Amino acid sequence: MALSRRTLLGLAAAVPASAALTACGGSSGPGKSGGATYWYLNGQPQESVRSGAVKAFNKAHPDDQIEDTTFQNDAYKTKIKTAIGAGKAPTIIWGWGGGTLRAYAEAGQVEDLTSWFGEHADLKKSLFPSSFGAATVDGKIYAMPCETVQPIILYYNRKVFDQVGAKPPESWDDIMALVPKFNKKGIAPFALGGQSRWTNMMWLEFLFDRIGGSEVFQAAIEGEKNAWSHPDAIKALTKLQELVKAGGFVKGFSSITADSNADQALLYTGRAAMMLHGAWSYGIQQADGGDFVSSGSLGYMTFPPVEGGKGDLSDTVGNPAQYLSISSKASAEEKKVAKEYFAKGVLQEEEVKQWIGNGSVPIKLGTEKLLAASDNADFLQFTYDIASKAKVFVQSWDQALSPTAAETLLDNIVKLFQLSISPKQFATNLNAVTNA
Amino acid sequence: MSALPGTTRRRRPHSALPWLATPALVLFVGFAVVPLVGVFALSFTTWDGIGTIRATGLTSWRKVLTDPGLTHALWVTFLVMAVSWAVQTPLSILLGTFLAGRQRYRAVLGVVYFIPLMLSSAAIALAYKALLDPNFGLGAGLDIQALSRDWLGRPGLAFGVVIFVVSWQFIPFHSLIYQGGVQQIPKSLYEAAQLDGAGRVRQFFSITLPQLKYTIITSSTLMVVGSLTFFDLIFILTEGGPGDATRVLALDMYKRGFQASLMGPASVIAVILVLVGLGLALLLRRLGGRNAGASQLEGA
Repeated sequence: MALSRRTLLGLAAAVPASAALTACGGSSGPGKSGGATYWYLNGQPQESVRSGAVKAFNKAHPDDQIEDTTFQNDAYKTKIKTAIGAGKAPTIIWGWGGGTLRAYAEAGQVEDLTSWFGEHADLKKSLFPSSFGAATVDGKIYAMPCETVQPIILYYNRKVFDQVGAKPPESWDDIMALVPKFNKKGIAPFALGGQSRWTNMMWLEFLFDRIGGSEVFQAAIEGEKNAWSHPDAIKALTKLQELVKAGGFVKGFSSITADSNADQALLYTGRAAMMLHGAWSYGIQQADGGDFVSSGSLGYMTFPPVEGGKGDLSDTVGNPAQYLSISSKASAEEKKVAKEYFAKGVLQEEEVKQWIGNGSVPIKLGTEKLLAASDNADFLQFTYDIASKAKVFVQSWDQALSPTAAETLLDNIVKLFQLSISPKQFATNLNAVTNA
Repeated sequence: MSALPGTTRRRRPHSALPWLATPALVLFVGFAVVPLVGVFALSFTTWDGIGTIRATGLTSWRKVLTDPGLTHALWVTFLVMAVSWAVQTPLSILLGTFLAGRQRYRAVLGVVYFIPLMLSSAAIALAYKALLDPNFGLGAGLDIQALSRDWLGRPGLAFGVVIFVVSWQFIPFHSLIYQGGVQQIPKSLYEAAQLDGAGRVRQFFSITLPQLKYTIITSSTLMVVGSLTFFDLIFILTEGGPGDATRVLALDMYKRGFQASLMGPASVIAVILVLVGLGLALLLRRLGGRNAGASQLEGA
């Protein structure tokens, strides 16, 4: 083919000129010689930990500079794919591992780090073993796990519970019983940033697991025929729609985005009683919620069991870690700097302290003392226990699946929450993409 | 008149033409023709945007054309086009006619009306999204019951909001076009009408409106073809939601291409978009009649 892929992608992006440019304009391109480029997510408090680690590395390595650029979560997911396809990827690619990493690896866009980890066995041994699953494609490691473990947690506002005189739910029936109680007082039972879609997905992740066990989704991801039509899957989807119909979620949830943290604001301002969200939300509520966290008003628990369900209560869902890959298109010099950063810049003592300081559990082993000494010791111990004791740690579905299947999944989840499709239709639509 | 100077006169523009057209031609070919050909070629391939491109013939076309999502997106696009035209045109004509008056206060108002046009679509969408937030927006903040509705969370309402914001942004532009159009109408027509005893309303319907025929066609072409590419506003306001209530063709293309990594089907939609746009533009030109270039200044 005379035209290179790069040209074609450029063209594809140029035709809908008015369209695509808004979302992915202004590429900064590959870095200058002598340094590596690194793209990651913005949003405090995580952003300053990430940039702090880069600054510290740059200071200690005057010849190996890293140039960092930040993006908003949902925008980044699109931006990074386009950049990689156009051959304009940064040297260090921040990501969630799983299905997207598989797509990169299969296209030969990311470095195989297996032998590098062989040479750096100590480094590998210093990280949570569970974090390597989503970094591995067909037995080879394509990414370095980094940052923190992020299980999904059920948060609740203690003040609101006291005000209504209710107790945190111990089962799905409790949840359904709490819904009218809160609604009567004009408090939304659950906050939800429904426009972001993956927020809704977390509900299904837990319901599938609690009702049918981890095998149900595992079958779907392995492409088993009619996996989504499993009776337990249908039951989970039905339960979810029952909760929507009962008014379980905040009014207007389908127009709330999680990127603006509005869903979390609903919880700490007492307009919503509970919220299912990632462990990273603790740090956000601590930073934005005034004395909400420090006064002990924030409660947290694991997702309760569903009556008659088969799932193991220790099972959890979420992000086992975040991941750093190296673009195979980067120059040898850039790759060298990136590897140096992996070895000497990622999860250093100061970064570990900062993650712990804002309520996250870094994926580094042997931090128990630091965790226990922190102001957030209770929450950190809680997260650490979930992560280390989980029988199954299911990776977030949209990250575990291929990008194409994930998009269908998210689209249909929104429709499911809108009650515009039935559980059966949902299953049919999903079967069509995961069993392709 | 001899034949000789005629021929030299004719040759001169000919020799100057290529030079003058070069910059525009380069831009047009580089940013319109080449990408178009590229997208057309991509529509016969399967590509995830990252790996290798595989030629797969009509697979992408078949996939898109049998997808009910396409019919839905086409329908939403058509609705946005029709409703936003129907809302914008009368308001723009009235505003334009009003602003065409020579009074000073009208000039000041004209400047005020013009402001939305100077803001970027993204900024407008973000501002409206914040204002219409069901929990932290204007309605909830000021405790106004009428305003605290789930504006962007219900399919019908969200569609209405999109139309409203689009109109809010673009009416000033079209008013400007109509203002120019009205000012071109010869005063003598109105004077004659006044002598015949025609009132203001009668004058508007019998002189202003017919005289604006070609202005209406120009403005409608811009509105209709422009509405095909509405993306940024809708993307930020609703992301095509709730569900797929505001998922127009341009957004559908983006989602398929850049979120679902299906570059083939996305290119098919891009081609369809181009075809629909060209078809509409041609149709509107047809409506203008054959002698669209002829002057209307002296009346029919």
